[in-house]
Amino acid sequence: MKEHTIHWKNEALTRVPFDVYSDPAVTRQEQERVFHGATWNYVCLDVDLPEAGSYRATFVGETPVIVVKDADGEIYAFENRCAHRGALIALEKSGRVQNFQCVYHAWSYNLQGDLIGVAFEKGVKGAGGMPADFCKQEHGPRKLRVATFCGLVFASFHEDVLPIEEYLGAQICERIERVLHKPVQVIGRFTQALPNDWKLYAENVRDSYHASLLHMFFTTFEINRLSQKGGVIVDESGGNHVSYSMIDAAAKDSSYQDQGLRSDHGRYRLKDPSVLAGFDEYPDGVTLQILSVFPGFVLQQIQNCLAVRQVLPKGQGRSELNWTYLGYADDTAQQRGVRLKQSNLIGPAGFISMEDGAVGGFVQRGIAGAAGLEAVIEMGGSGAQSSDGRATETSVRGFWKAYRQHMGV
Amino acid sequence: MLQLMAFNAAYAQIIDSDELERWPACFTEHCHYRITHVENEQEGLPAGVVWADSRAMLEDRIAALREANIYERQRYRHLLGTPHIESADAHSASACTPFMVARIMGTGETMLFATGHYNDRFVMEAGRLLLAERVAVCDSTVTDTLMALPL
Repeated sequence: MKEHTIHWKNEALTRVPFDVYSDPAVTRQEQERVFHGATWNYVCLDVDLPEAGSYRATFVGETPVIVVKDADGEIYAFENRCAHRGALIALEKSGRVQNFQCVYHAWSYNLQGDLIGVAFEKGVKGAGGMPADFCKQEHGPRKLRVATFCGLVFASFHEDVLPIEEYLGAQICERIERVLHKPVQVIGRFTQALPNDWKLYAENVRDSYHASLLHMFFTTFEINRLSQKGGVIVDESGGNHVSYSMIDAAAKDSSYQDQGLRSDHGRYRLKDPSVLAGFDEYPDGVTLQILSVFPGFVLQQIQNCLAVRQVLPKGQGRSELNWTYLGYADDTAQQRGVRLKQSNLIGPAGFISMEDGAVGGFVQRGIAGAAGLEAVIEMGGSGAQSSDGRATETSVRGFWKAYRQHMGV
Repeated sequence: MLQLMAFNAAYAQIIDSDELERWPACFTEHCHYRITHVENEQEGLPAGVVWADSRAMLEDRIAALREANIYERQRYRHLLGTPHIESADAHSASACTPFMVARIMGTGETMLFATGHYNDRFVMEAGRLLLAERVAVCDSTVTDTLMALPL
């Protein structure tokens, strides 16, 4: 039975009905079919859980979940919902505990999410208490599957989700590994409330077409990017992508040292170009890599500026973007300083990312009266394959390919 | 105390009246300016949504806002509280000042955009009071939509 009211006119990935960003029925179905479906949802980093009892409270879709490390060294995830009356079990975003206890009636849970204690289970002075046949093992918050890849922790509500490496695909795995090849350290966390449906941000991240058109920082300051070439990789499912630019080996010369430095004849120049001064830490010459995993994960390397982003739906027409800024654990003080400076490029006030916080809202507001009409996503053709150039919407079409597969539409 | 309050009043006026080109001049040449929030501060996480270690970086940020970045027309209204002075002598002062900033969009929507406090280090240079360091520590971890103008 399909309760969806949206009319997808055909199988083509080049048209997306605007209603998909605002229809309450779609929002409900996504919770079930995408976020509780056969997907891996990024929940935290393994370094967020340094020791037994370390936990983080986060979300899979709109469902609150707890991710925690047990004494066996394994990471477990379960709903942040008491089996009794449904109250949140953990109220803090993170912490370290022996066990979890719901504040409402003190039902308690071990670090694997098993219900282990019911207050006054046997009653008080022989009166009250739970029925004799109440079985704690039969009650508990739903548990999620957990998979870790390169220090990224993913969780899934679905029993038949693919193994993580298969879900990511070989090319995406390789591109995650090239950034997360050694231990990282969190250097800051920021949340951006987005005035738009989560899918508009998921598309924006995959949209390599808009980069040099909406974000004018590099162009305005005539920052030398002439020796760059780039491409887009889309995995077989369509939902995972990498957009990258790199030094063109054929043009590799002193221009690499000039990378990030001001042009000699620009109208506008950076007075302090040290904001972009970096160091060469990736032997493949890739200076920018934006990687997404369906539905809501992003890994970003912009020069030496590293971050992961978690995109979460927050009800009708709202979403939240959680930024975690990273350095490597073995950074020198100077390298760390470079990352902090380059972080001016990203985040809610980022020179090349602030627009992304607003542009989804421009669409959300723009389509308010556009029921029955469609977005056009035809740049670079109609397919969702990898592409050599970046003037393409191939990975946006890839997102819809994966989305429609999960949603069954 | 009065000097610091007068400085802060002028600082707020510069931003709220869209005289952003005058904003970097509130700082010393080798200043530190950062916008962060209370949880990062508590955990000792050093990143900022804005992170600058020179006045020139602040000038670049204003140039970028004027020439490069795209954002809807908006203004701020800063309400700054009384500075809590931690130390002061003839040449310098450390103070903590609470702020509330409303954001007024071109569409007419007004919202409480940010509350928090400035952790400040002031110095006297050539008879002028300047910020050697201003860390704007927001009370909320969440920024609505984007942060274009400085706090």
